[in-house]
Amino acid sequence: MKNENNNIPHQPSTIEHNSYLDMDLLRFTTAGSVDDGKSTLIGRLLYDSKSIFEDQMEAIELASEKKGDERVNLALLTDGLRAEREQGITIDVAYRYFATPKRKFIIADTPGHIQYTRNMITGASTANLAIILVDARFGIVEQTCRHSFIASMLGIPHIVYCINKMDLVDFSEVTYEKIKNDLEDFSSKLETKDVRFIPISALLGDNVVNRSENMIWYQGSTLLHTLENVHIASDHNHIDCRFPVQSVIRPQSAEFPDYRGFAGRVAGGVFKKGDEILALPSGFTSKIAAIDTMDGELAEAFAPMSVTIRLEDEIDISRGDMIVRPNNKPESTQDIEAMMCWLGNSPMQMNGKYQLKHTSRDAKCVIKNINYKLNINTLHRMEDDKDIKMNDIARITIRTTVPLFVDKYARNRNTGSFVLIDEATNATVAACMVI
Amino acid sequence: MSNYNLSHLKELEAEAIFIIREVAAQFENPVLLFSGGKDSIVCFHLAKKAFYPAKVPFPLMHVDTGHNFPETITFRDEAIAKSGVKLIIASVEDSIKQGRVAEEKGFNASRNKLQTTTLLDAIEENKFDCAMGGARRDEEKARAKERFFSHRDEFGQWDPKNQRPELWNIFNGKKQMGEHFRVFPISNWTEMDVWQYILAEKIEIPSIYFSHTRKCFVRDGIIMGKTDFVETRESEEIKDMIVRFRTIGDATCTGAVASSASTLEEIIEEVSSTRVTERGGRSDDKRSEAAMEDRKKEGYF
Repeated sequence: MKNENNNIPHQPSTIEHNSYLDMDLLRFTTAGSVDDGKSTLIGRLLYDSKSIFEDQMEAIELASEKKGDERVNLALLTDGLRAEREQGITIDVAYRYFATPKRKFIIADTPGHIQYTRNMITGASTANLAIILVDARFGIVEQTCRHSFIASMLGIPHIVYCINKMDLVDFSEVTYEKIKNDLEDFSSKLETKDVRFIPISALLGDNVVNRSENMIWYQGSTLLHTLENVHIASDHNHIDCRFPVQSVIRPQSAEFPDYRGFAGRVAGGVFKKGDEILALPSGFTSKIAAIDTMDGELAEAFAPMSVTIRLEDEIDISRGDMIVRPNNKPESTQDIEAMMCWLGNSPMQMNGKYQLKHTSRDAKCVIKNINYKLNINTLHRMEDDKDIKMNDIARITIRTTVPLFVDKYARNRNTGSFVLIDEATNATVAACMVI
Repeated sequence: MSNYNLSHLKELEAEAIFIIREVAAQFENPVLLFSGGKDSIVCFHLAKKAFYPAKVPFPLMHVDTGHNFPETITFRDEAIAKSGVKLIIASVEDSIKQGRVAEEKGFNASRNKLQTTTLLDAIEENKFDCAMGGARRDEEKARAKERFFSHRDEFGQWDPKNQRPELWNIFNGKKQMGEHFRVFPISNWTEMDVWQYILAEKIEIPSIYFSHTRKCFVRDGIIMGKTDFVETRESEEIKDMIVRFRTIGDATCTGAVASSASTLEEIIEEVSSTRVTERGGRSDDKRSEAAMEDRKKEGYF
């Protein structure tokens, strides 16, 4: 069937030269504990990039004064809930936004204390980059390991270690080099390939937005320059074609009487008009007749685009199914091994049954085995400890009621992730990554 | 090989379309809140894109305080007529007449807070299990903590300390009978993103967003449009001013800004150089530091 809309799929040329249409989007997470300067760093990034507004500044000046703080407390910018301001801690993930002429940034500001591991994992799940703060006075501490491990486990492609509070160690190159070497040793054990180091003082602004005059021995980029230039185009998987179907578009209108398209967001690979496809779980094959959007047909679609795919043949596909290429299929399985972070308030039930959500597919599952529980500070595996409580990380084996179409999480974060839901409370109780 | 990279607007659009499609798939009876303001206009535009060439599969609803700028209502009615989508009007005036809420008194009286009762009543009456809205996390610090899929108990309350973790692009809309969800497809958009998108997509918006001459007065440093709904003090001088609105809310609590920006390009220029947040002119947020958090817990949008 012919698409009635004649619009070309791309932006009209009159506005194509506008620079904001070339800007891309970097999502990053900051992890850190009380007192390591995380909120100050975010405040500094926002302040020096002129992303704090006058009324916001007035409001936090007033609030700092009320609380009797000596300096304007930039942390008040990020702590949005009454309980957080009262206790001076970050409880939940807060999202912050700023932009430079090059990029738009989304910060997932997460609490760093071990009791908020689940919030850190939430923030990390969608991040391209993690900033991990290290106090120059103390070097690698337990929480550095924990934050690094979480960033690595959640598949964040880029880690930037900010060695902070350099002003308190006299901006010493020797101190920085020592910490950097230790971090290099340690991070070589992680999955993350792109690891960077920057000596900063968040309080004074050295190497955050502006180059430090106190550390002329440092030749690398400032933090903001790094954030603006890190290469993120290849963070998505553009190899393995995966299209989880969200819904079937059937207008049944006079204009489109026989239209049948499959709406979804590309989870991996590049789909092109004319491509041969395979539908899961049915196994039927067809060809892509068109990739539709309201702006017209597209020649190709790639992650993370939301499109509607039409096929040449009428085959049975509905929500929860997946369109892939015949020569590159995900694993179709009911037995899955995964790393899991328990998020629920009540402990995990061994042999318990849970609802499961994976891409657009719903299923139920039973927890068959806990292979080991992980001490996330030492990465020590505890094989005898089967007691899984909130914030615990474990390797588990589950069996699902219907096959899921999964890839390894390290290969594809969209098709390698799923969550478990408590059937009684409907709460999201576990975040899982396929091994 | 071509460059497989999306611009930030395209990525935000793809995310919002994904969310709107999830709502249609996961809920039985969703509704899109539509005030005629730019954020809800963008949401409606995204909803059309999400289901094209099919029609938007849910109605729109306006929680109407009755205190509107006439331009907004004219725009709303024309936009709805053009689209063929059903619009439900939930009226605060009716809630007052039925004795569900009492009108605030005094010079700063506003029906803003009363909207919560009207909204919750309308959700119950129409058996909506999900209300989508155009709220953004950059607007206000309590909203910065909000999930895309935000669970509300049977009293419509938000529990900010016990929100469901939201990981990857997996959204859990499961609920008990009587509970509902609020969903915010453009959570990750900033004011600037909205304006850039309106320009790029050539989306029509009400005329009061553009510079015009209006009878105004100044109260607590905020420029207010003179309407029949606001009582002015003798000391408050009413004069013609050249203004535009950055946000459209209830006429009693939405401030204007002095501006000569009469095109989208000029508005974008203005937004990029402005030093005050969008809601800086909203007197409803200024009632206390946690004004928004408190209203949201009760069920405000």
